[in-house]
Amino acid sequence: MDFNDTPELASFRQDVRTWLNANAERRTDKLHMGMEGEQAFQEAKAWYKTKADAGYACLTWPKDYGGAGLTSLHEVVWTQEVEHFKTRDAHFVIGIGNCGPAILHFAEEEQKRQLLPRMASAEDVWCQLFSEPSAGSDVAGLRTRAEKNGDDWTLNGQKIWTSGAQYSDYGVVLTRTDPTVSKYRGLTLFMIDMRQPGVEVRPIKQMDGGQHFNEVFFHDAVVPDSYRLGDVGGGWTGALTILMSERLAISGVQPTGFPQFLDLVKSLKLDGEPIANDPIVRDRLASWYSQYAGLQALYKRMLTAVAKGGIAGAEASMGKLVGAVMNQEIANFTCQLFGPAGIILDAEISPERAHFEEQVLFSPGVRLAGGTDEVMRNILAEQVLGLPQEPRADKGIAFQDIPTGPS
Amino acid sequence: MNFEFSEDQLFIRDQARNFLSRECTAETVRAALLSENPCDQALWQKIVDLGWTGIAIPESHGGLGLGYLELCVIAEEMGRSLAPVPFASSVYLATEAIKHFGSDEQRARYLPGLASGEFTGTLATSEGINSAQLHTEVKNDRASGCKLPVPDGDIADFVVFTARDAGGATGLYITDLADASVSREVVPSMDPSRSQARLVFNDCAAQKLGDAGEEALTALLDQTAVLLAFEQIGGCQAALDMGIAYTRDRYAFGRAIASFQAIKHKFADMYVALELARANAYYGACALASDAPDLPLAAATARVSATDAYYLISKENIQAHGGMGFTWEFDCHLYYRRAQLLSTLIGALPAWKEKLTTRLLQAA
Repeated sequence: MDFNDTPELASFRQDVRTWLNANAERRTDKLHMGMEGEQAFQEAKAWYKTKADAGYACLTWPKDYGGAGLTSLHEVVWTQEVEHFKTRDAHFVIGIGNCGPAILHFAEEEQKRQLLPRMASAEDVWCQLFSEPSAGSDVAGLRTRAEKNGDDWTLNGQKIWTSGAQYSDYGVVLTRTDPTVSKYRGLTLFMIDMRQPGVEVRPIKQMDGGQHFNEVFFHDAVVPDSYRLGDVGGGWTGALTILMSERLAISGVQPTGFPQFLDLVKSLKLDGEPIANDPIVRDRLASWYSQYAGLQALYKRMLTAVAKGGIAGAEASMGKLVGAVMNQEIANFTCQLFGPAGIILDAEISPERAHFEEQVLFSPGVRLAGGTDEVMRNILAEQVLGLPQEPRADKGIAFQDIPTGPS
Repeated sequence: MNFEFSEDQLFIRDQARNFLSRECTAETVRAALLSENPCDQALWQKIVDLGWTGIAIPESHGGLGLGYLELCVIAEEMGRSLAPVPFASSVYLATEAIKHFGSDEQRARYLPGLASGEFTGTLATSEGINSAQLHTEVKNDRASGCKLPVPDGDIADFVVFTARDAGGATGLYITDLADASVSREVVPSMDPSRSQARLVFNDCAAQKLGDAGEEALTALLDQTAVLLAFEQIGGCQAALDMGIAYTRDRYAFGRAIASFQAIKHKFADMYVALELARANAYYGACALASDAPDLPLAAATARVSATDAYYLISKENIQAHGGMGFTWEFDCHLYYRRAQLLSTLIGALPAWKEKLTTRLLQAA
């Protein structure tokens, strides 16, 4: 056991640090860099191009596909170093983290060479189209139809919760190609051109007023068979690969709210008294730190396993579950500290508080996106601890015969 | 960066697990729980013979000369098996206190006997629930005062204890418990598989332990916090495994109760608490083995995390067993009792949370 980089990684870290200092702006706060507005999107694209030109894009992808051919540990070093700089990747996390691996795994060689380098440098932006209004946690219950017409497929239906669809050039879409077989066997994955006729993107207004997600409607949208990823009817296996990548990608960047809370405790006085002296604040700080430090250490354990040739386990599900809950609890606790003024949502009046007040309204979504708390618990209980599944009403029957609710 | 034990250390862990699963079953623990003498002497002798009491004692003093990582892997197994022996008090506390802070003469006098099993020792810091002000005094090498509770204080051969000197400064002292002017009696406790005693020093002979003061005690408790965290996660894993095995086989409403999400989600939360505690304990072990500057924060974090996890897992294991979990016959209460013992042994949760917070806010 030791904390130090190997000589090779230490040297890589030094190179990264030098390059970042020369090419990026240091950040002064610990707030999450989201995806607000067109200007932020253009800045993010420009940053990815700079990064790709310097050879720092998609470090673990093969060089032939626009990557750097390095290891997960190099990726971690990069993530640790880039955290100190004002850079945005929220627009591209899903594409590179989810769609990229699916294409690496399922696409033809020529498609990989054509599509992946443009994805790595953010010249093309990708989104993932899985969830539907009637298929959330039960995502395999989706109804968007893809029907074969000669060499093409015709798509009709509706997707929901599609992050970044409005920015995207391409998507990876999970469709139902056969409703007469059991639900997991009738699914097929495709790539789709998001700019083509028959694809309509509408933003969703969230409960906090923001618009991070979209609904996407397909009206006779045509997809060539060459855009199919994997076998007809093999979509569920592909989707599972992608969803595990998503949880892995999320776990490294899952906001917990803890660094912001620690900053606040160190700096804020209420009625002249540092809140750091409040016994209740001190108690909560200790509890949340022990969880936060646990997640950091868990991540280090996962990396050790990966470095030794193992695979990431349930760490990603744990990071998602613990981080999302902590984020909401911290936001609520902090606003309660402010008394009646905790209700004010105005960064002009309360710059040090605005983050927490915004998070009170945004954090419920984090507990739902990318697998709800309850789905994470089911994954841990069934896949890690080996507990039996619930009896199910959709087993062994054709998708078209599965009972549905009134609508 | 490498965050795993070495092959050799994992080998020691596997050997310890095999040995204890054979030699320290639930029946062994129950026998100690009901016995007048809660130290299983036969088991203790075998542990001594395996060299575990001397694992971190230098070879020059009769030990194996290994390090803290080896001690951590054994601690995890001691915790898993609920071993009814004075390992924590004698090995983590007394032995380490003498090793770090004793004079050359004290080290030469005690360490070989601790390694060979000739002696066991313990550490006494608490003076009941009003412990903020230390009342035990040592003047002219004579000690007066009362310590309560002292883990394994009824069977230890010597005790390292905290006391004030004539000038009011806190220090660590050592006294042999065979001395007739020390009285000791067992006090009832929540986990009678390990005894707790009241020690009264009636003007008994006591030596200063090197020049150890308050900082020495803090450092000793920090490293003990890491070792106890491994005992705690060992116990957590055993209790979690027990609950899973039971709920998979227990049927109600025509199905295994482990298939209900109410049960599954409970186990998922227990597993998460355990894995966070394990990760913090590993980080603490790494900091301890390398004497890293953030050891004090890492130790407090490991302590808080492991204490929270063992309480959660031991109580929810009872809950998952339903009414059977509340019976004497089922082993659930053995873990629940041990969780209480380990959580109070070197200072309880509020004190360790306060240490964590103070250290965190002092860090850059």
